[in-house]
Amino acid sequence: MTIDLPTIWAGIISLGVFLYLLLDGFDLGIGLLFPFFDREGEREVMLNTVAPVWDGNETWLVLGGASLYGAFPLAYSTLLPAVYLPVIVMLCGLIFRGVAFEIRAKARRTQNLWDLAFIMGSGMATFCQGMILGTLLQGIKIVDGKFAGDAFGWLSPFSVFCGLGLLVTYATLGCSWLIMKTDGDLQRRVRILLKPASLVLLAIIGVISLWTVLGQPAVAQRWFSGHNFVYFAPVPLLVLACVVGIFRWADSGHDARAFILMEAIIFLGYSGLLISIYPNIVPPTLSIWAASAPRSSQIFELVGVAIMLPIILAYSALSYWVFRGKVRHGDEGYH
Amino acid sequence: MLETNDVLLLARLQFAFTISAHILFPAISIGLANYLAVLEGLWLRTGNVVYRELFFFWSKIFAVGFGMGVVSGVVMSYEFGTNWAGFSRIAGSVNGPLLTYEVLTAFFLEAGFLGIMLFGWKRVGARLHFLATVLVALGTLFSTFWILASNSWMQTPQGFQIVDGRVVPLDWLKIIFNPSFPFRLVHMSLAAFLVAATIVAGCGAWNLLNGRRGEGVKKSFSMAVGMILVATPLQMIAGDQHGLNTLEHQPAKIAAIEGLWETEKGGTSLNLIGWPDMREERTKYALSVPHLGSVILTHTWSGEIHGLKEFPREDRPNSTIVFWSFRFMVGLGLLMLLLGVLGLILRLRKKLYDTRWFQGFALAMGPSGLIALLAGWITTEVGRQPWVVYGVLRTADAASPLSSQQVGTSLLIIIIVYFLVFGTGTYYMLKLMAKGPHDGEEAAEVGDDFGKSIAGLDHRPMSRATDPIDE
Repeated sequence: MTIDLPTIWAGIISLGVFLYLLLDGFDLGIGLLFPFFDREGEREVMLNTVAPVWDGNETWLVLGGASLYGAFPLAYSTLLPAVYLPVIVMLCGLIFRGVAFEIRAKARRTQNLWDLAFIMGSGMATFCQGMILGTLLQGIKIVDGKFAGDAFGWLSPFSVFCGLGLLVTYATLGCSWLIMKTDGDLQRRVRILLKPASLVLLAIIGVISLWTVLGQPAVAQRWFSGHNFVYFAPVPLLVLACVVGIFRWADSGHDARAFILMEAIIFLGYSGLLISIYPNIVPPTLSIWAASAPRSSQIFELVGVAIMLPIILAYSALSYWVFRGKVRHGDEGYH
Repeated sequence: MLETNDVLLLARLQFAFTISAHILFPAISIGLANYLAVLEGLWLRTGNVVYRELFFFWSKIFAVGFGMGVVSGVVMSYEFGTNWAGFSRIAGSVNGPLLTYEVLTAFFLEAGFLGIMLFGWKRVGARLHFLATVLVALGTLFSTFWILASNSWMQTPQGFQIVDGRVVPLDWLKIIFNPSFPFRLVHMSLAAFLVAATIVAGCGAWNLLNGRRGEGVKKSFSMAVGMILVATPLQMIAGDQHGLNTLEHQPAKIAAIEGLWETEKGGTSLNLIGWPDMREERTKYALSVPHLGSVILTHTWSGEIHGLKEFPREDRPNSTIVFWSFRFMVGLGLLMLLLGVLGLILRLRKKLYDTRWFQGFALAMGPSGLIALLAGWITTEVGRQPWVVYGVLRTADAASPLSSQQVGTSLLIIIIVYFLVFGTGTYYMLKLMAKGPHDGEEAAEVGDDFGKSIAGLDHRPMSRATDPIDE
């Protein structure tokens, strides 16, 4: 098999979206956990754990969107109208959240208002992202290269369930992040949440998997035909193993393990999604080859990305390295 | 049909609203980034601390504007797909990669140098810091480069062929360096400089009027008024050249701008004012000057300009809008020139800081750069209609297959969110400006900020300013 441009691009965009889920997932999760923590200085500490990195985390969303546009214009022009309102609400949620994050630190009398904006923005953005993923997984009707489905096709029991599922996912991820980055009373209180949250998450992953397999013959075919299941079986088994691991180490002194296992669950869930839809980029009909921009566009864009992607990756890694370690109340904040 | 038209109109309104709200912040960032580079350069050269004080003061305002620009830009990178699926499907092969390059440029700038510029004052040496500031300024211009390459290609497309109804790029150099690109790039960059100059002048005037007569206030006021004096004539030359280019490549736009319906023989007159009526195909209440149209647009006494009637009805841009948006822009340009010249006269008489009516004028002109910028963009974008890619793709064919309920709902959500969020951001910027630069205070404050951020690894420009927003 020769590696062709659309495959390379599909790889780059998959990586971008994956990094986005991985990274912005936990800082959106902080917003989702905000309502449960309001003791002296707790919110301050929670924000300080993500302050140096959240902005960089969100850049993957922009890069993902722009690359998808340039490399797979047909996917971009059919997926986005299909999930029109969720995308708009997600963007508005992210705007609200981003600005609230900054302004909260400069606000005195109105701080509660900005906290609310931060919580609502994080919640809206997460829920809409889940609905978008759910709608994509369900499949989008395309005729003559144009979106031809129902205007409110994104609103289904399945997509709403996916929205709720992503809320739980990010919140659990946020828990594991806080366990790694904090200590003392805050850490103890976050720890209490972790086990029940990861159980709920496991149940949600199970329901979504069953729902797709039962509801979509093509997905069932992909997973169960011939020897496929033998190859793909590690995915659900590893998810199970990760949850077991979280239970085992949740109360041990290994504060980073729960976070690493949660990231592994995200990776596995995302792999499951890719296994279900590949080689389509917008299921059930649009493949990565059919969605591709002309070769000249993909090559031109690849030059820039090939130079910049390693730099952005290295730079992000450096940020995480520099800001490693616990964040405590009374530490010099980033505001 | 009615439904389709409604959706198209709503989608256009939404794009107009989001891009107008967005462009204000990058324009401020481009202008202020270059001003900051000049300030820091002057400080290093002269050692006069007033430049450093101004650098700190304006870098806070720059940082908030930059943050707002990034946030509002995220929406833009998705809107081409949500609202303009036809455009992305057919022309995304050109527009998409150019946009990606802009995003990459912005990231590179943000990742590499913005942190050092905003937070690295005490961590890196003065020269390295200056280098970072210069690179940030250059970076904003590079972003402008990519965005304007994309927009100019939509105005004067070349370097492609159409295969199966879709644009296939053939020559990227031709695509980027399309005929209107150099003119648009210069015109926009100068516009951004004037945006910053009018804002800085307005801020200085406000502080002078409020009795703050520190050296920083005076210096920034003087620099900004001087900049307006120099940049406005340059901008007029650039605009004139851009006009000649537009006449060559988009004659219908020029005819609409001038409210010119007939092709006049032996010299074209210029409508100074009037009311172009698209239905009656004439410009009502016109006050016109013979031959002036030829002189301005062709630089000859009797040059011929095609009137709008030579273009089929369905190919004509809305003359009523562009006639007035263009005159708004030019009018504000003339007022800027007046401001610059009056400033020069007062400066020569050594009364620049003591003339209250002039300060009032400069304060009123504070937003004029931004308004002129919007008026100019409205002229060129509405003037491109009914095409989204001139002569290649009609706007009506570029829209997404959406219902008017969806587009209407999203427009409403966006308007509310934008007013809340960018209203707050703008309020904060104005609040920072109203305080004015203070002697000595800034450097100490930056020392504090700086402990909180390590070697410029902080991504977040908006955390640069620490002043409370609601006190």
